[in-house]
Amino acid sequence: MLAMKKDEIPQDLSALGKITKEVCYATDSFGKYTTELSSGWDVKIEALNTAWGDIEKRIAAAKQKVLNNEASPIYFFMEYRLMDVSILADYTGFWQWQIKRHLKPSVYKGLSDKKLQKYAEAFNTTISDLKSMTVHEN
Amino acid sequence: MKTDFQHRQAAHCESGVTSNLLRQSSGGKITEPLAFGIGAGLFFAHIPLIKINNGPAIAFRTLPGHIFNRTCKSLGIPVARKKFGSKEKAEAFLNECLDKGIPVGCQVGVYYLPYFPKEYRFHFNAHNLVVYGRDGDNYLISDPIMENATTLGSYELERVRFAKGALAPRGHIYFPETQVDISDEQIKQAIKNGIKTNVFNMLSIPGWFAGVKGISNTGKKIKGWRDKLGLEKAGLYLAQLVRMQEEIGTGGGGFRYIYAAFLQEAEAYWPGKGLAAISDMFTQAGDLWRESAVHAAGIFKGRLGSQHDFDTMGNYLIAIADLEKQAFEALKQVKW
Repeated sequence: MLAMKKDEIPQDLSALGKITKEVCYATDSFGKYTTELSSGWDVKIEALNTAWGDIEKRIAAAKQKVLNNEASPIYFFMEYRLMDVSILADYTGFWQWQIKRHLKPSVYKGLSDKKLQKYAEAFNTTISDLKSMTVHEN
Repeated sequence: MKTDFQHRQAAHCESGVTSNLLRQSSGGKITEPLAFGIGAGLFFAHIPLIKINNGPAIAFRTLPGHIFNRTCKSLGIPVARKKFGSKEKAEAFLNECLDKGIPVGCQVGVYYLPYFPKEYRFHFNAHNLVVYGRDGDNYLISDPIMENATTLGSYELERVRFAKGALAPRGHIYFPETQVDISDEQIKQAIKNGIKTNVFNMLSIPGWFAGVKGISNTGKKIKGWRDKLGLEKAGLYLAQLVRMQEEIGTGGGGFRYIYAAFLQEAEAYWPGKGLAAISDMFTQAGDLWRESAVHAAGIFKGRLGSQHDFDTMGNYLIAIADLEKQAFEALKQVKW
């Protein structure tokens, strides 16, 4: 009943569907494969929403930690940019142990602008937005 | 400046890039399914101990670059491939190629890809696109996932070519070194080789986590996820499985359909070998992957959640493993 027939390709509107349709391979009435465009599928949309629901929670928890002075804003942006210490190390050129130190508010306070600039670039933001945890969509 | 290249949308990035780059030399004969099949694109691996976005690392196709490489080698086309330590050298080399009129394939990360919607941007570094020209500071981009060709500024392109994290592209660039005419006989032999490689990768590759045995192994693991991870995290893991399976650039169910389409096209080159019938088995596998995704959605949306539901989910994968095993065994038996 789920067999991918050309005329049964799901057309639920996904975030991607607003920008582009996706090509799907499906069979026509003779069982021959052809391509058809799909604007999305509910199951995929839900899977993506579930993933983002979890990410939003992690970001909110990170923000709270910074506000509680338990972590530096670098920690917030790391979660906001879906990174972990290893990806962040690759983007900034710092060692992982250095980044772990920079996540501590006490160490973060003493960071030079030069170091902060590296983080700002990795997060595609500015030093002042980094410090104030200000985000701009896109 | 603009090279002689025509943007065409595809279901999957790398088979799309491969097919589009070979369009001229093959006179359009290397379709996306042929590129996917000749490149032995179908795969499964659930990499142990590694987490991606806090979930399981599951791949439904081969490593980035392999489809292009295998397809070209199999067709006797010399491949140029380069990675770079420096961004400047990477850009200079790209410009050189474009100045010579060569459209090139590039591996990129999608996280900072500006034309992708935010919801689709993860640190996924195995995306592929074609750069086919330059207009001032803008590069002309053919991303096979998109309906239309687009552009990227030089900084934007550099950023995605040097995305960081797992499978970092390091400026990875590739293209057919020379334009040679591809004959039907070459395509025919390449189809045979591609099938043989894929049979090996799915049936005989070492490691319990890869190939058809990898699928059933993940099925068995899923049955234990509810107890091991708790319902919420188990749901997140299943959502990740579905995303890896059905999403653009990865697509698992979708890949089975592309492979089924490949076997139908292969039938025309190798009539009487039963390839069309085996194609039906892959269509069934694709259907079963999709059905399993619907069931998984029931769990991560919270409509289902009992141990029985997880058992059913695991059994889907075990049944799929069985079906794909039969299909590849049938391909293994083909007398060429």
